[in-house]
Amino acid sequence: MSEEKLPESHGSAGEVADHGDPFADPGLPAHEPRRTDIDERAAKRAERQVSLMFVISMLATVGFIASYVAIDPDKIVYIFPLGHVSALNFALGMTLGVALFLIGAGAVHWARTLMSDVEMPAERHPIEADDEVRADVIQQFRTGAAESGFGRRKMIRNTLIGSMALVPLSGVVLLRDLGPLPEKKLKDTGWKEATPQKPLQLINMSTNSPMTADDIVIGSLTFAMPQGLHTHDEDFQQRIAKDALMLVRIAPEDIKDDTSKELGFQGILAYSKICTHVGCPISLYEQQTHHALCPCHQSTFDLADGARVIFGPAGHPLPQLKITTDEKGFLVATGDFDEPVGPSYWERAR
Amino acid sequence: MSSASSTTSGAAKPASTRANPANKWEAAADWTDGRLGIYSLAKANLRKIFPDHWSFMLGEICLYSFIIIIMTGVYLTLFFKPSMGEVIYNGSYVPLKGISMSEAYASTMDISFEIRGGLLIRQIHHWAALVFVAAMLVHMMRVFFTGAFRKPREINWVFGFLLLILGMFDGFFGYSLPDDLLSGTGIRFMEGALLATPLVGTYLQMFLFGGEFPGHDIVPRFFTIHVLLIPGIMLGLLVAHLILVFYHKHTQWAGPGKTEKNVVGMPLMPVYMAKAGGFFFLVFGIIAAISAIASINPIWAYGPYRPDQVSTDAQPDWYMGFSEGLIRVMPGWEISVWGGHTLNLGVFIPLMVVFPLVLVAIGAYPFIEGWITGDKREHHILDRPRNAPVRTALGAAWISLYLVLLIGGGNDLFATHLHLSLNAITYFVRVGFFAVPVITFIVTKRWCLGLQRRDKEKVLHGRETGVIKRLPHGEFVEVHAQLPQQDLYKLTAHEQIQPVELPAQRDENGVARKAGVFTRTRAKLSRGFYGEGSQIPKPTAEEHHEITSGHGHH
Repeated sequence: MSEEKLPESHGSAGEVADHGDPFADPGLPAHEPRRTDIDERAAKRAERQVSLMFVISMLATVGFIASYVAIDPDKIVYIFPLGHVSALNFALGMTLGVALFLIGAGAVHWARTLMSDVEMPAERHPIEADDEVRADVIQQFRTGAAESGFGRRKMIRNTLIGSMALVPLSGVVLLRDLGPLPEKKLKDTGWKEATPQKPLQLINMSTNSPMTADDIVIGSLTFAMPQGLHTHDEDFQQRIAKDALMLVRIAPEDIKDDTSKELGFQGILAYSKICTHVGCPISLYEQQTHHALCPCHQSTFDLADGARVIFGPAGHPLPQLKITTDEKGFLVATGDFDEPVGPSYWERAR
Repeated sequence: MSSASSTTSGAAKPASTRANPANKWEAAADWTDGRLGIYSLAKANLRKIFPDHWSFMLGEICLYSFIIIIMTGVYLTLFFKPSMGEVIYNGSYVPLKGISMSEAYASTMDISFEIRGGLLIRQIHHWAALVFVAAMLVHMMRVFFTGAFRKPREINWVFGFLLLILGMFDGFFGYSLPDDLLSGTGIRFMEGALLATPLVGTYLQMFLFGGEFPGHDIVPRFFTIHVLLIPGIMLGLLVAHLILVFYHKHTQWAGPGKTEKNVVGMPLMPVYMAKAGGFFFLVFGIIAAISAIASINPIWAYGPYRPDQVSTDAQPDWYMGFSEGLIRVMPGWEISVWGGHTLNLGVFIPLMVVFPLVLVAIGAYPFIEGWITGDKREHHILDRPRNAPVRTALGAAWISLYLVLLIGGGNDLFATHLHLSLNAITYFVRVGFFAVPVITFIVTKRWCLGLQRRDKEKVLHGRETGVIKRLPHGEFVEVHAQLPQQDLYKLTAHEQIQPVELPAQRDENGVARKAGVFTRTRAKLSRGFYGEGSQIPKPTAEEHHEITSGHGHH
C-alpha cells in the first residue's frame, strides 16, 4: 500500500480557515477511504468472508430440514447450561437462527466493507407549502364550499352533523347481545340451592367425597365445592369461579369474631376461596397465624377474625358460608353466602 | 401526436417513445413503468439519503419483530383451535394425560409437543412479541430524549404511541389465548378491573365475557381481537408511520456540514438496502436462537385454567407489569355511595384512572412541550439530551416511575430472591411512587447541567493533553489543547430557547392589561423549562477569543 493512500495523509479533514467565528460550521469532512477501498487484497478477503457466511447459512438450512426429518419430537437431551430441553426444538431453532443470522451478517458486512461509504447531503424541503400554494388552495376550497352552500344552508349543515353524530350509536346498540344483562347473577352462587330443609353437602375437592367434622383437623386448609357439581360439567368453570370454598379449623378459643364463630361448626369455618380484590383463588395459608394470602396481589386475610383484610389491596373481608352437619354427620351448608363473592362492583351492597 | 400518418411505416411505430432498452431487465422495467409509473416513484427514492447512527436501528427492530410476529402468527393460526369446548387430553405429555381442558389449551399443547417445529414457532412468536414491545419502548425513548418528536413529527409520535398501546394490549390478548392457569388468572384480573368501573362495570363484564366469568366465549372473542382487529389497525398505523418517516426524512445529529436544511448520509441503494435488509435477518436469527435456548411461557408447567386454582408468582409479561404494580400497592379503599352502591376505589383508581393517565400523558407530550416553548419552526437536528435538561429529567422521572411500579408488580419475586419482607417492598413502592420520580427529576436535571458546564469548559479551555509544563517561576501546569473545529461546532451547535415572556403589564397606551391563567401558567412552565436554572449559557465567540488570545493561557 502506498503511503499517500493512507487516511492520515489527507490532511486534517474538515478544518477550514478561521473566519473569526470559532464555532462556525466547517462543512462536510472529506471522505476517508477504508482499508478495503485501497487494498485489493483486503477487499478480496472481505468478499470471501461474506460468501463464507452465505455458504454456512445454506448448510444451516439443510441442517434445519435434516433435523425436522430425523429428530423424534419426544426426544429430550441434556445440554449444558440449558438443562433438559427438547432436541427437536433446540436443533430447529439453532439451525434456523444460524441460517437467518448469517444472511443478515453477510449483507451487513458486505455493505460495511465493500459498498461505498461516501456520505452525501440531500436537500430538505419545508413540509409547509409556500404562501402562494396556500392562498391558491384556500381559494379553491372556498369556491367549493360556496358552491356546496354548506355554510349558507345552516339547517342542512346542522341536521347532517346531528345524523352523523347519532348513526354510530347503531353500532354500539348492536353490541348489546354480546352478553346477558347482569341482573342478580353476580350475587348468587351455586350454594343458593341449599335450604335448611334440603342442605347441600360440602364435597372435598381432593377426595371428591363428603366430609365429617372429624375429617378436618385443626390447622389444616381444605378446599370444597357444593354437592352435585362435577368437574366434567358443562358449566363447571363458571360455577367453581364462585362456589369454591376453603375450610379451616381453628381452636374455638382462638376465633376472635363471634359472628364468624356462629357461622362455623365446632371451629370449622367455611370462607369463599375467591379473593375480594380481583378474584384470584386464595391458596396460601399460614397455620400459626391463621392468615390466608392471595398469591396474585398479596391480599392477606385473618381467618380467625372473620377474614378481615390485614394487608394488601383487597377492600373487604371474604364472605363466609354458614355450615352445620346433617343427620349422617356430614358437613353441609344450609343457604347461600350472605354477600356476593369475588371482586366488588357498583351494584354490590356493602 | 402524428399517429394518423404512421400506419405501415416501421420508422414511426406508435408503440413506445422510448429508446431501445439495453437488456431484458430494462425492458421489463419499461413494461412495468407503462402500467404503474415506477420510474417516477423510484426517482426520488432509489438513492434517498439516510443518516447513520446506531440508535436509528431501534425503529427497525420494531418493524422487523412485527413482521416476524405476523409470519409466525399465521403459522400458529393454522393449528390453534380458539374454542373453550371441553376435551380430555390424550397427547404425549404424560403429566396432563386424562385431564379435562379446553380445546384452546389442548391445541396449544399439541402445537408444543406433537407438531414438529410448533414449539419453536410458538416461542419465536412470544419472544418476538417481547422484543417488539421492548423495542417500541426504547425507540420511543430515543425519539423523546433527542427531541425528534418536535414539529413536523408530532403526529408521527402519536401514531407510534398508539402502536405501543395496541402492541401492549395485543400482547395481553395473545397470552390469554392458550387458556392455561397463568393466562386465566390474567383474564380474571381484567374482570376485576371491569367490575370496579362505576355504573357500567357489571354490564361491561357481562358483554365482554358473554355472561359470567369465565363463560365459553372469551377465547374465541379474544382470538378475533388478537389476530384480526388489533393487528389490522396496527398495520394501518405502521404504514402511515413509515410513510411519514419517508416524507419527513430522517432526523440527524448536529455535526460538520449538517444543517436543518439537508440530510447527510448514505443512499438507500445499495448501502441501506443491504444494511437494513440484512438487519431483518439478524433480528430474526437472534430471536430464533433465543427461542431455541430459552423457554418462555411453558404452558404445560402451569396446567389448564381452573378458576379455583392458581400458581404463585402469577405475573403478566413485563410490559403489563406496571399495571400489576399499581394494583398491588394500592390500598384497598372501598366506599359506599348513594346507599347500596359500592365504589371500589382500590381497583378503579389504579387501573381505570392512573393507568390511562400515565399513557395519555406520554401521547400528548409533544403538544404540551410545543405549547410551552411556543416554537413554531421545523426541527430536523436532534437535541443532545443534556441540552434539554427539563425534558430529559421528565423522561428519566417517567422511567423511574415505571421501574418502581415494576418492582411493585413483581414484589413476590423480589421478596423471595432478595430475602426481603413483602410488606416492606409494598410500603417502599407506595412511598416511592410519589418520591422516586421527584428525586430522579432533580438528580437528572442537575446531571444535565453539569454536563453542559463540562461542554462549555471544553470549548473554552480545550482538551486535557496530559502534558505537564513547568513555568519559569516554578509552577506546574497541564497543557490544554484547542479542540478541532468540528468538535467546537458540535459542542456549540445547539440553540438555546428563551422562555416565553408575559406580555407587558401595561400596553403602549398605559392601560393595565391582565394576563389570563393560561398565559401565566405557560410563562411559568416556560421559565421552568428554559429559565436561568435550566440551561447553562453557551460559550460566546468573544469568551473563546478572550481566553485563547491572551498570553500565558494553557
